[in-house]
Amino acid sequence: MTISQERHVLVVFPHPDDEAFGVSGTITTHIKQGTPVTYACLTLGEMGRNLGNPPFATRESLPVIRKKELQASADAMGLTDLRMMGLRDKTLEFEDDEKMVGLMTDLIEELNPSKIITFYPDFAVHPDHEATARAVVRAVRRMTDRPTLHCVAFANNTLEVLGQPDIVYDIREVRDQKMNSMKAHISQTAWMLEEMEHKLQQGDTETENWLTKERFYNYRWHEDFEKSF
Amino acid sequence: MELVEVKKLQVELDAFAGRDVYLHLETTNGSYATHFNEGFFNAGAFIRNVVINYELGKVVGDSPHRVGLKLPHGWVYAQGITHYELDDQGRLLLAGHDGTGKLAVALQISETPFSY
Repeated sequence: MTISQERHVLVVFPHPDDEAFGVSGTITTHIKQGTPVTYACLTLGEMGRNLGNPPFATRESLPVIRKKELQASADAMGLTDLRMMGLRDKTLEFEDDEKMVGLMTDLIEELNPSKIITFYPDFAVHPDHEATARAVVRAVRRMTDRPTLHCVAFANNTLEVLGQPDIVYDIREVRDQKMNSMKAHISQTAWMLEEMEHKLQQGDTETENWLTKERFYNYRWHEDFEKSF
Repeated sequence: MELVEVKKLQVELDAFAGRDVYLHLETTNGSYATHFNEGFFNAGAFIRNVVINYELGKVVGDSPHRVGLKLPHGWVYAQGITHYELDDQGRLLLAGHDGTGKLAVALQISETPFSY
């Protein structure tokens, strides 16, 4: 499946590194095709549990580190419009829901994206992912001319309920950029990357698959996650 | 951060006693605990920038340590504390890291508010 030419792509995730694993290949490809891409990252992952072993960071210094890592990941993808939205990790679902929708609406009205990438509501595992997905879907639902909405889903019951992803991009051409985006978030990804290298050396095809393909679901408006908001 | 040495940490705790201080207290299993282990009951608590004034602070036990703060009308305590640091802004940061280095508990006090 080839990655479409778009007017503007808006990516909305709550944590630095959410973009790296699932969509950095897709982002890089859009940018290489000349499509402007904006990444709105809602928090700085202030509540991350990986502080190094032995610890190199504290609860208070972590956001400073993750901010630099987020910028480095953007650089790896060639992304120039990075928005840090200033919310706090693990609090998104407790924010006023209408305020969250307003945040998304403001971004959409400013950027007029033809495609938006976020998480799939009810299949996004982390409460911040779910709150982000809900806010984006609600903002887009209100639009008369809706952009394409591509959602990342990875809950354990995803395949069972949603079936196979309807969009699978081959991202082999930008594999290095994806690797560099993941490496940029080294404070959070060190152990995972180590495990990945090990699996790759053993010829694990699932890991290889992960570096060659990125998967999305078109949001199913006919099976909307809520009747109204 | 460095590993807790009870005597050294006790001195730091004593220094904040009887003063208004901002508190950060957090326990966590991580937001993915139930994703990786579906039977897991994920519980935790978080409080940040609430002002307290403790009359007595104590660190007790072998590592992982317990730390308790006695207030005029109540208590604050944390268990599982392994590391501490008096940071460059004079804030006392205590943390408990599990065997893989992941943070499980944090207890922090400061004379000025922590960031947002």
